[in-house]
Amino acid sequence: MDLKLLTFIVVGATFALYIGIAIWARASSTSEFYVAGKGVNPIANGMATAADWMSAASFISMAGLIAFMGFDASVYLMGWTGGYVLMAMLLAPYLRKFGKFTVPEFIGDRFYSRTARLVAIICLLVMSITYVVGQMRGVGIAFSRFLEVDIAVGLAAGMTIVFIYAVLGGMKGITYTQIAQYVVLIFAYTVPAVFISLQLTGMPLPQIGLGSTVVGTDGVYLLDKLNQVIADIGFPAYTDRNTFSTLNMVLLTLALMIGTAGLPHVIIRFFTVPRVRDARKSAFWALFFIALLYTTAPAVGAMAIYNLVKTVQPGEVGHPEGSLLHEERPRWMHTWEATGLLEFKDHNEDGRIQYYNDKNPEFSAMATEEYGWQGSELRVDRDIMVLANPEIAGLPNWVIALVAAGGIAAALSTAAGLLLAISSAISHDLLKGIIMPKISEKRELMAGRISMVAAILLAGYLGLNPPGFAAEVVALAFGLAASSLFPVLMLGIFSKRMNSAGAIAGMLTGLISTLLYIFIYKGWFFLPGTNVFPDNADYWLLGISPQSFGAIGAALNFAVAIAVSRVTAPPPAHIQELVESVRVPRAG
Amino acid sequence: MVDENKPQADEENKTPAADTPPLKTEAEAAPAAPVTPPAAERAAIQDADRESYWKANVRLLSICLVIWFVVSFGFGILLAPLLNHISLGGYPLGFWFAQQGSIYVFLLLILFYAWRMGQIDRKFNVHED
Repeated sequence: MDLKLLTFIVVGATFALYIGIAIWARASSTSEFYVAGKGVNPIANGMATAADWMSAASFISMAGLIAFMGFDASVYLMGWTGGYVLMAMLLAPYLRKFGKFTVPEFIGDRFYSRTARLVAIICLLVMSITYVVGQMRGVGIAFSRFLEVDIAVGLAAGMTIVFIYAVLGGMKGITYTQIAQYVVLIFAYTVPAVFISLQLTGMPLPQIGLGSTVVGTDGVYLLDKLNQVIADIGFPAYTDRNTFSTLNMVLLTLALMIGTAGLPHVIIRFFTVPRVRDARKSAFWALFFIALLYTTAPAVGAMAIYNLVKTVQPGEVGHPEGSLLHEERPRWMHTWEATGLLEFKDHNEDGRIQYYNDKNPEFSAMATEEYGWQGSELRVDRDIMVLANPEIAGLPNWVIALVAAGGIAAALSTAAGLLLAISSAISHDLLKGIIMPKISEKRELMAGRISMVAAILLAGYLGLNPPGFAAEVVALAFGLAASSLFPVLMLGIFSKRMNSAGAIAGMLTGLISTLLYIFIYKGWFFLPGTNVFPDNADYWLLGISPQSFGAIGAALNFAVAIAVSRVTAPPPAHIQELVESVRVPRAG
Repeated sequence: MVDENKPQADEENKTPAADTPPLKTEAEAAPAAPVTPPAAERAAIQDADRESYWKANVRLLSICLVIWFVVSFGFGILLAPLLNHISLGGYPLGFWFAQQGSIYVFLLLILFYAWRMGQIDRKFNVHED
């Protein structure tokens, strides 16, 4: 069957499923709307959290990053999973015990201060909106590429779908659709990986396949072979550290971990389970379902780059006929050339594709002198690796259609979770909590739905007209979550002495220092050309990259919060009692 | 371990007192305590229990976080170049920890923490039904 038609059918069928679930699980109370009535089973909640958490970045971009960065991409693998350990032990059970709806609500109550709540709302809105813009953009790109429609049409379709199930269903509808989306996305991710692992190593489990020997060789390990294949074209060893400095690697990993634990749309998922012990279990199940994808990704990345290099370099490196003839290139290269995300420039005009590391001066000089190569002739966008992977490995069309549906599911589920966090911050925290405390439940629910519609429209508009950034958005969202919310949440539970002045000073210090550091190198509000210093290691403070700064922002937040709280009055007795009570699952 | 056993030992110490006629106070006595001490004393014991419960929790999670740090930042980053000289099947060990092993350890840590906290909850009688 024709690929386009097949993609329509598969993606259409998954949408019908999501909308069906949303209508079946309509929310009727604020509790169902915000926290699914606190009745979600921990395994189901873990699965929904996994879908909520794994966005287009995890599904589409990560394996591509791994493929081209090798060892150094471990920062994403460890950073985006290690945060769950922090979440499970330092936040989730206690926040569940607290038993309210939102993160600003906890901060407002614990620090007995509307100002603290307001600062928390601002932190939450800034990070959730920047994050959701990236997701809507991902939805638009995935739709437009596979359905061959304009990006605006793709985006509109995505907005409509999110609108139906997030606005109608609230958390209850979102939880159940996210379970369906998890199943779709994990199936779409692992099926091609299993096929490719079988082709290359004869081992169906990609996690084992990556450490196995290559089919058709005398027991040569895949990773050794990969190291050698890319070394032949001038790249550093895949399994060794190379680009990041140790400091940045540690700080970036830490920032991603703390950021993960501080993301409000993930934290509120732990409010939906019935009991404190379910919150702990739920964190386990969430990471379990995330790990299915995250432990597969290294195999996907390594095998994709191996297949890519083997495709363009079928013969001996440097031999005049060793590289692939451009005319004989496989079909998937044709398709992706049309999108502009894969480019061939025949620098030495021999009609063949020479792909090598022309940024390695030694190898480059040697290649020019001995092979007559004039620069690497293939440019591959990292983001196409997962989508192109099944085609590179020559898998059937239905697998390709499935990957499209999976990518869309990943982006939609995260967008829905974020939109819910945004709408509850506005209707519950801002409106009911601060502006009009006497609002009825019915009107609050209505306000929640209206703010969600507004958030969808805003996200859609910004997704269509992005302020010229993509990966930075994610870095900013994580840096903000790490530096603003996580430290005060943790101190609110672990330090009885922590008071409102400390918390507010800490949050503001973390938020402002991180924002400033990012803006100085990336431009004010990401406007191109407004940066104070060029964004490279020579100008970074102590060599710390803007992406890694979230960890420093978090440290500043901790330090300032503790220092300020020590010189101001301790919190009142009933607050200390509140802290005591969130620490135990059942009051004795 | 010693700390966590303490409350149990406390309860055992109290058991002989049960021979003397129990002092009946309010009906809402904590279900755990075999004896019902006078209200003030009971509150004091509960505070001490709460404190040792919290200490047990903090100790458990500190151990878990040390392991968390060692496998990711230690084995996966700082010591990775060294560990890469050792092989695990076709994986250099440092690379394996960074891209596979640390994630498995994270999972085991959360599982262990949830299971052990369940035990501690029951021991201090603060578990949910």
